[in-house]
Amino acid sequence: MFDSDVKVVLPDGSTHRLMDYLLPSALLMLGALLLVVSIFLPYWSMTMEAPQYPQGLHVDVYVNRLEGDMREIDALNHYLGMPVLNEGGQLERSISVVSIITLGLLLLAAVFVHNRWAAVLALPAILFPLVFVADLWWILYQYGHSIDPSSALGGAIEPFTPPIIGRGTVAQFATVGQFEIGFYLALAAVGVILVGLWFHRRAYKPVQDARERMKTAVPTPLS
Amino acid sequence: MTKEWFYQHKLGLLGLLVVILAIGLLASCDRSEEGGSSTAQTTGLSADANALAQERGFTPDDVYAALKTYMPTGELDPYIMFASGGQGGQVLVIGVPSMRILKVIGVFTPEPWQGYGYGGSSNEVLAGGFMDEEHPLLWGDTHHPSISETNGEYDGKFLFINDKANARLAIIDLRDFETKQLIKNPNAINDHGGAFVTPNTEYVIEGPQYAAPIGWEYASLDDYNAQYRGLITFWKFDRVTGRVDESKSFQIELPPYWQDLCDAGKGPSEGWIFCNSFNTELATGGVELGNPPFEAGTTKNDTDYLHIINWKAAEEVYNAGKYEMINGIAVISLQTAIDEKLLYFTPEPKSPHGADVTPGGEYIVVGGKLDPHVTIYSFDKIMKAIEGGGLDTDVYGVPVIPLDASMEAQVELGLGPLHTVFDDKGYAYTSLFLDSAVARWALGGPYADKHPEDGWTLVQKLPVHYNIGHITAAEGDTATPDGQFVVALNKWSIDRFANVGPLLPQNFQLVDISRTGDQMKLLYDMPIGMAEPHYAQIIKADKLQPFEVYPEIGWNPETMSVDPNGIKTPEEARVERNGDTVEVWMAVIRSHFTPERVELKEGDHVIWHLTNLERTRDATHGFALSGYNINLSLEPGETQTVEFDATQPGTYTFYCTEFCSALHLEMLGYFLVEPKE
Repeated sequence: MFDSDVKVVLPDGSTHRLMDYLLPSALLMLGALLLVVSIFLPYWSMTMEAPQYPQGLHVDVYVNRLEGDMREIDALNHYLGMPVLNEGGQLERSISVVSIITLGLLLLAAVFVHNRWAAVLALPAILFPLVFVADLWWILYQYGHSIDPSSALGGAIEPFTPPIIGRGTVAQFATVGQFEIGFYLALAAVGVILVGLWFHRRAYKPVQDARERMKTAVPTPLS
Repeated sequence: MTKEWFYQHKLGLLGLLVVILAIGLLASCDRSEEGGSSTAQTTGLSADANALAQERGFTPDDVYAALKTYMPTGELDPYIMFASGGQGGQVLVIGVPSMRILKVIGVFTPEPWQGYGYGGSSNEVLAGGFMDEEHPLLWGDTHHPSISETNGEYDGKFLFINDKANARLAIIDLRDFETKQLIKNPNAINDHGGAFVTPNTEYVIEGPQYAAPIGWEYASLDDYNAQYRGLITFWKFDRVTGRVDESKSFQIELPPYWQDLCDAGKGPSEGWIFCNSFNTELATGGVELGNPPFEAGTTKNDTDYLHIINWKAAEEVYNAGKYEMINGIAVISLQTAIDEKLLYFTPEPKSPHGADVTPGGEYIVVGGKLDPHVTIYSFDKIMKAIEGGGLDTDVYGVPVIPLDASMEAQVELGLGPLHTVFDDKGYAYTSLFLDSAVARWALGGPYADKHPEDGWTLVQKLPVHYNIGHITAAEGDTATPDGQFVVALNKWSIDRFANVGPLLPQNFQLVDISRTGDQMKLLYDMPIGMAEPHYAQIIKADKLQPFEVYPEIGWNPETMSVDPNGIKTPEEARVERNGDTVEVWMAVIRSHFTPERVELKEGDHVIWHLTNLERTRDATHGFALSGYNINLSLEPGETQTVEFDATQPGTYTFYCTEFCSALHLEMLGYFLVEPKE
């Protein structure tokens, strides 16, 4: 399997297994794949619980859209003068799919870059979950701090930020935020990419080193 | 009963088992301890529960009944009963076995809580049942509900019910439990033997009652024999439109014998229907003239006639054009019915009541009413007698099969046998009006090996309170009854409930029939304080799949499709004036109307479209306009249109009549009608 009888000869004549070079490429490509798949899965969700909603109200947040009971939540939130859920993160949502595909393409490019720049190409994908969480917090902060004072109950509640993870309370509603499968896929992609980069370095560092040795080595005198 | 049902109720069943075991234990204790307390000392109950049972003096049977019927909050009844609302003109929806009333459906009578008859499309539904434009009918006497069937089983799609007082039929769509069509019978002025359906709901049948000339033309009672007739109507039902189609319906002229209750054959007897009758005496009353009153005149003969009608053959006769159009509907004459072999009689004792077909379709059971027997007719024997020919006829020329050629058995049950329903264990249940009892009796023939008793024998008589009329059983008149429960629909309650003045509620009594032999038990009394229901049907709850909210915003419940005047957002709300007509498109959502001010001039014609934009279950809004007799119920997604002339100048308010939110009181608007110069 994987042509284990095939050896890779480095410029200095030393040999490596073919697998050493296939593995980092495969891992980086897997990272790209996980990211692209995550586009189709929810990243985060919010569940609102209240006595008169025995099933709760639930919104799934994807990188580019919302699904669930936004209509009812909006209908309730209009009393508080809160913005419509669907207005949150318009810019981010509009560029998210293209951005994630770009992250994937950069990872694919890293496969073909056999030096430190590969890590630079992979960096955006590694930072992506962090960026997502920071942006989500910003959107939620804005959401909870955009209360229209002229609404029916606009003066009745303090500005707030719904929790990203865990339970918060607004009027009779308990809101429960939690990450969903898409976010965990993006996190898994980060792990896979980091491992891939480690193997990438282990595979290509010797190539670099071999080249260095070739450059600095004293030519063998002809005898 | 499905496996799922058991799973859903396993805790309840377990509890029940514990109690039954405990009761068994107690019973054995009682035997050993002379003079032991008769109240429940149920070892399976907690000390509190035991103390409570003791304090209230409950017997083990009481505890059993309580546990059999109690529904903890959030638990749903496994059965739904549709009961006629009698002279209230509605249909009642009741959960079984908890006997909780779930809904009152306005049918022939305006029902403000549903906005039924107070503006909106329901006004047109009601108008469909008027005598004519100048002669509205705003009540009805609903008698016999009938759930639509597929292959002789309730399919839970539609409900039909008749109005005895005016000979009308109503259709309720069980997607939203709302009345969609009323239709006035163009040739009959009262009815009784309906509604009931053929096994695949090809036809909804409306049987007659008191004879009258066709089209209720004036005719002297001296001409009763020649001019007065019975008339059975076969309304062609279209499942797609959910309406009956008068242009494809037909009627059969019958002798004026006062046909009473009918049932459709199924299985081997599919294609036939059976109706009892009770005035073959042709009595015409006139007690004030020295004639016998009807009550005596109609009961003179020892037998009346069970009507046996071949509806499949009648359909062919209709398709062949052998009919006369009278008042817009095809009528097959009595002579054609005789010539085409559509109609046969066989004697039935004595001024009987009810004609009920056994689940397998082999037998027809007729209650004796003034005779203590039920008479069981064999469809097979009836067919053989018809094939044998050589039958005598009655005075109108209808062939009469002798009783000994059609009867399978008679079972003596007691006084006043009326209606019969069936279970899954080969028992039949007959209401005994005069005995105030439910009789359980064992069917014979193919049912004999389902129960330990001999066929055609009385098994148990259970007293009920009081004067039972109809009786209904879980899926009891389908091809496969469920057993479990029977409900006795008692006409009198006398002392069963607190005194609420001289007009008393009726009493629906739930009876446990889950155990064989003489183990029927009374479980629960349910007062019906709004009318005198007649028949009821009980369907498995999981066969009903109604909407939770209307499928789309802008839904018109009359057309069951999106209304072109529905709007999707408050931004589309507007008022437009076109000459003297003002048209309003109003958005309705918690907790405001848009627009909130509607201003116009005295005399303007108003067309007001309202759409409830909610998508949440139970987020219903009302729309009440003061002074104009308008009140709508707008369920989530629903669009309604009211049309009226603003003939009263002044300042009026409109508001939401269904408490919708903490700011419900603030959900209002002003309707300003500026006086003419």
